[in-house]
Amino acid sequence: MTINIDNKNNDETTTDSASKEMESSRRNFIFGSVAAAGLTVAPGIMLYQTANARSLSDFSLKEGASSKVRWGMLVDTTKEVDWNKCVDACNKEHGLGNETNSRDEQKTQYIRVVEVKNKGTGYSMSLPVMCQHCESAPCVDVCPTGASMKRADGIVLVDRHRCIGCRYCMMACPYKARSFVHEVLTDQTENTPRGKGCVESCNMCVNRIDNGQEPACVEASDGAIIFGDLNDSESSISKILAKHGGKQIRADLKLNPGVFYQGI
Amino acid sequence: MKKLHFLEVEGNSKGFYAFFALFGLISLIGMLAAYYMEHNGHWVTGMNNQIVWGTPHVFAIFLIVAASGALNVASISSVFAKTAYKPLARLSGMLAMALLSGGLVVLLLDLGRPDRLIVAMTKFNFVSIFTWNILLYTGFMGIVGVYLWTMMDRPYNNLTKKAGMAAFIWRLILTTGTGSIFGFLIAREAYDSALLAPMFIIMSFSFGLAFFLLVLMGSYKYTQRDLGDYIVNRLKNLLGVFVAAVFYFVVVYHLTNLYSADHRDITLFILTGGGLYTFLFWVVQIALGSLLPLVLLYGPTGKNRTMIGLACALIILGGFAQLYVIIIGGQAYPMHLFPGMEVTSSFYDGVVASYTPSLPEFLLGMGGVGITLLLVTVAVAAMKFLPASLADEVANPHSK
Repeated sequence: MTINIDNKNNDETTTDSASKEMESSRRNFIFGSVAAAGLTVAPGIMLYQTANARSLSDFSLKEGASSKVRWGMLVDTTKEVDWNKCVDACNKEHGLGNETNSRDEQKTQYIRVVEVKNKGTGYSMSLPVMCQHCESAPCVDVCPTGASMKRADGIVLVDRHRCIGCRYCMMACPYKARSFVHEVLTDQTENTPRGKGCVESCNMCVNRIDNGQEPACVEASDGAIIFGDLNDSESSISKILAKHGGKQIRADLKLNPGVFYQGI
Repeated sequence: MKKLHFLEVEGNSKGFYAFFALFGLISLIGMLAAYYMEHNGHWVTGMNNQIVWGTPHVFAIFLIVAASGALNVASISSVFAKTAYKPLARLSGMLAMALLSGGLVVLLLDLGRPDRLIVAMTKFNFVSIFTWNILLYTGFMGIVGVYLWTMMDRPYNNLTKKAGMAAFIWRLILTTGTGSIFGFLIAREAYDSALLAPMFIIMSFSFGLAFFLLVLMGSYKYTQRDLGDYIVNRLKNLLGVFVAAVFYFVVVYHLTNLYSADHRDITLFILTGGGLYTFLFWVVQIALGSLLPLVLLYGPTGKNRTMIGLACALIILGGFAQLYVIIIGGQAYPMHLFPGMEVTSSFYDGVVASYTPSLPEFLLGMGGVGITLLLVTVAVAAMKFLPASLADEVANPHSK
């Protein structure tokens, strides 16, 4: 995986366990102290080694989202990957698919596999499409209450306490990335409080990012989706984009999505 | 010309109670339908993640558009100083408010979370044209309310012209705003046109006047008051002009879209291959809703009240069809994720979205019409909106 996920939370956990060991014996105390010291210094060394490339854990939500960062994804459609694994991971992460009454065309999908075929040449490919986390997001512009919003770090999401369910954002999204909850839901996951009458969409697994983890689809993609900071020229995603390029879907609309694709 | 005299409709009469009960029942059924949809969620409707705005929006937008159009008669009287329209100005303003109320109720009750109305009224995103519309609707109510006051309270009559001018400007902005709800959607080819805003204005002239004329003729017929040919003929001739103007805009709208390659697909879909939408366009909107009314209004039947009433009803029917084609047909046609490519997915990319209106949606929409007419019924009985007579010797300023 190209993103460096040495997690500060892990560091803290390890430090805690080292402290316990310190109490048990002198030998363990020395070992624990060394380990704790090492782990405290390690992130600094890591930062130094990677020539200032910021790791995901640096952004785990302690100070709120920062506009210094712009989270993005790069999808390599040329890789032989079963994209449905990403869909499954997303559904599991957000507890999707728990509708009992809705028709298929009413059910929520945060990410879908789109088959694209060139009728002229016969060339075809498939790719995952989710919220493209546009810089100039039409859904954010049209939302009357500001429920549809863009976080400072570029993640587009819906404030479910503010959404009145007018669906104007669904009309405005060129990527058809949004779904409306058509029925009463139960057994939601803790991190994704979905409810009847609100609009929802991929939130780039904001709960995971704030915890120093990658989005679920990225984790399930066998390396075909790279996640990282588009503002950081030293991040893997930026380096690959700089070297090999990447395209945005409907770039002609000039919305500057945060999701890039290779091979489209 | 005899003196103009306004008089309430007798409230303690069989006719009043009959209409009150009828429109009340329609409104009540609409409210129950809304409760059913809100209680269960939108899965009980025909709407889905592809057709996100359905039949209630067709009704709501029709009523809102007609509301600003219904004000036209008053504007012609106050702003353009046409005395012939003065007797109708009060009804015009009141009907505008009633239509807007009906439309807003439908729009509100179709929200996913209508219980969060307070959020919509307190948290504003001023970049959103929707937010602007909320303010425009609220302002319209206030301004037209003041306008009516200046008309009906003698000491303030001298302010009528100013209030009328304010209301006239406001209604133009309001309909521009309503049209722009669609015009601002870059993603949808069906709506991606600056022509939508002016087209909505001229649609409002037509639908609003058709509704006004029906209410006028209906209320005078059922209260056995005189309604002379002078006023009816003026209104129906004006209505014909508006119908022709809408027709003109529709032609230009589709021709320009046919000319530009990236809008051709959606236009051909509506005009030729869209199934129900094509039928609604050609048969209901154009033939029944535009051409036949023009024949009825300007042909040999032009002085027959029944035929004028039929023409108004057809214009309203055509208006509903037009909005159905614009709102639902425009969503049914797939967006181009990859222009020029064939696209499929589990989320119905690349295919024409299916939508079958459900009964509760229709009943909610009718509920909005019911509320409008209920308000009108109560208003004409409670206050002096209608002249006691609109016989030619009263209405015609040139009559001796």
